[in-house]
Amino acid sequence: MIEIKNLKKSFDDKAVLKGVDVVFDEGKCNLIIGSSGSGKTVLMKCMVGLIKPSSGSVLYDGDDFVSMNDVEKKNIREKIGMLFQGGALFDSQTVEQNVMFPLDMFTSDKYSKKKERVKQVLERVQLKEDAYRKFPSEISGGMQKRVALARAIVLNPKYLFCDEPNSGLDPQTSMVIDKLIQEITQEYNITTIINTHDMNSVMEIGDHITYMHQGEKEWEGNNKEIILSENQKLNDFIFASEFLKDAKRMRTIQETGEIPKDMPAGVKDAIEEKLNVDLDGDGHIGNPSKNKPSSKE
Amino acid sequence: MKILRELGEFIKMAGGMFRKPENSKMYWKQFMLQCNDIGIGSLGIICIISVFIGAVSTLQTAYQLVSPIIPKTTIAQIVRDTVILEFAPTLSCIVLCGVVGSKIASELGNMRVSEQIDALEIMGINTKGYLVLPKILAGLVTIPLLIMLAMVLGIWGGRLAGTAAGIIDPSIFDTGLVMAFKAYNVYFALIKSFVFAFIITAVPAFYGYNVKGGALEIGHSSTRAVVVSCVLLLLADYILSALLL
Ligand SMILES: Nc1ncnc2c1ncn2[C@@H]1O[C@H](COP(=O)(O)OP(=O)(O)O)[C@@H](O)[C@H]1O
Ligand SMILES: [Mg+2]
Repeated sequence: MIEIKNLKKSFDDKAVLKGVDVVFDEGKCNLIIGSSGSGKTVLMKCMVGLIKPSSGSVLYDGDDFVSMNDVEKKNIREKIGMLFQGGALFDSQTVEQNVMFPLDMFTSDKYSKKKERVKQVLERVQLKEDAYRKFPSEISGGMQKRVALARAIVLNPKYLFCDEPNSGLDPQTSMVIDKLIQEITQEYNITTIINTHDMNSVMEIGDHITYMHQGEKEWEGNNKEIILSENQKLNDFIFASEFLKDAKRMRTIQETGEIPKDMPAGVKDAIEEKLNVDLDGDGHIGNPSKNKPSSKE
Repeated sequence: MKILRELGEFIKMAGGMFRKPENSKMYWKQFMLQCNDIGIGSLGIICIISVFIGAVSTLQTAYQLVSPIIPKTTIAQIVRDTVILEFAPTLSCIVLCGVVGSKIASELGNMRVSEQIDALEIMGINTKGYLVLPKILAGLVTIPLLIMLAMVLGIWGGRLAGTAAGIIDPSIFDTGLVMAFKAYNVYFALIKSFVFAFIITAVPAFYGYNVKGGALEIGHSSTRAVVVSCVLLLLADYILSALLL
C-alpha cells in the first residue's frame, strides 16, 4: 500500500501539484488519469523520488520515503519496478541482457538460474524466443513496452509504476499490455500505479481511479462509477471520448427508455432496428428511406 | 555566471560519484567496456594523426633549417622534442575531445532524454557512479597510453618522412634522437596527458548527464561539451607549461 499525503510540488513559482492525498491499495490497478500537463508524471516521479516534492509525504507501507536517507531509499527502490513512457530500454544491450540487468546487479545467482528467470518473465509478457537476441531498435514499440514490463517485474517488485504504458501503441496492443499489467498485479498482489489518458484502459482495468485536474485531485472512484459521475470537469474529460458518450447514451436509454438528443442518427436507427421499437416516436423504426427497396435493383 | 553555476553543479556531480558500488563486478565490467570504447576506439585515429604530424614536422624543420652550419642531427632533436612536448599530447587530445568527448556527451545525453538514467536510478543504482565514474577512470588509464603511443609513432613518422624525402639519413636521425635527451620532457607530457584525460572525459560526461529536453538538446550539449573541453584543454596546456617548464 502506498499513501500520499498533502503532496505539493512547484517548479520555480509554478505550482504543479497543489496538495494531493491518495491511497493506493495492493493487488489493484490504481489509475491516475487526467489531460496532458495535469501533473500525472510529476506526481509519479515524486512518489519514486526522481523529483523531490516541495512538501508532503509518500508512505510505502507506512514508511515515509521523502524523509528517508539514501540507504533506506535504496532498500525501497529495490522493491519498485517502473515502466517508463518510452520504455527506457538500454539500447546498447539485447532484449535478454536488458531483462537480465537487474538480476546481474542485485543478485548473485548463477548465470543459468538468471537465464531461467529471464526466460520465465519474457514468456510471461508473451515475447517470442526469436526476439531475445535483438536490440531494442530492432523490435516494435509494443514489443519494447513488453520487454520494459518484463524488466520491471523481473525482481518481483512489490510496487509497480507505469507511466502511460500504452501511449504510441495501437488499441489492440494497448489492450494486451493493460491485461498483462492487470494479471501480474493480481497474481503477485502488487501495488500498481498507472498514469494514463486512455479511456479504454480506464474502463478495462480501473480498479481505483484518481482524476487529476491542474495539479489537484478532482475525483476518485472506480470504473463502474466513473461514467455516472456528476463531476463536470471529469465529464468534460471522459466524454471527449466518443465510445464513452455512447456508453452513457446506452445507459440513458436503458434507464429512462428515452433516446438522448445528441445521439447520432445512424446509431439511433441501428438501435431502433435492433430493438425493433420506435424510440424517438417519429412513427417508424430505423431509417425508412434506407429500408425502402431501391428502384434500380 | 553560467560557467560558475556549471562549475558548482559539476562539483556536486563529482561528489555523488563516490559511493559504494551496488555490485563491484558490474562496475568493473562497465569500466572495461569504457576502456575498450575510449582506448581501442580511438586507436586508429591517433595512429594516423601522430604519424602524419611527425612526418610534417620533420619536413618543416628541415625546410626552416637551411644553414649548413647547423648539423642534421638537430632536425631529429627538434622533431623529438616538439612531438613529445606538444604535438603528441596536445594535438591528439584536441582530436580526442572531438572523438571521445562527443561520444560520451551524446551517449549520456541520449540515456538521459530516453529516461534510461531514470530507469537505472529507480532500480536503486547510483548512476553517477555507474555511468560517469567508469568513463573518467577509463580515460585516465587509456588516454596516457594513447599519448605514449602517439609519441613513438610521431617520431617514427618523422624518421620515415626524413628518409623518404632524402632529407636526413636514418642513422643520423637516430644519433640526433638520443642527443641531449631530457627524460623530464616525457614526464611533463605524461602529467599533461592525465590532466587532459580528465578534461576530455569529465566535461562531456557532465554536459551529457545533465541534458534536459530532447534530441535537439543532445546535439547542443555535445557541441558545448566539445567546445568547453577544447578551451579548457588549451588553458590547462598553457598553465602547465608556465608552471612546469
Ligand atoms: N522539470 C520540470 N520543470 C519545470 N516544469 C515542469 C517539469 N516537469 C514538469 N513540469 C510542468 O509540470 C506540468 C505537469 O507535467 P506532467 O506531470 O508531465 O504532465 P502529465 O500529466 O502530462 O504527465 C506541466 O505543465 C509541465 O510543464
Ligand atoms: Mg506524462
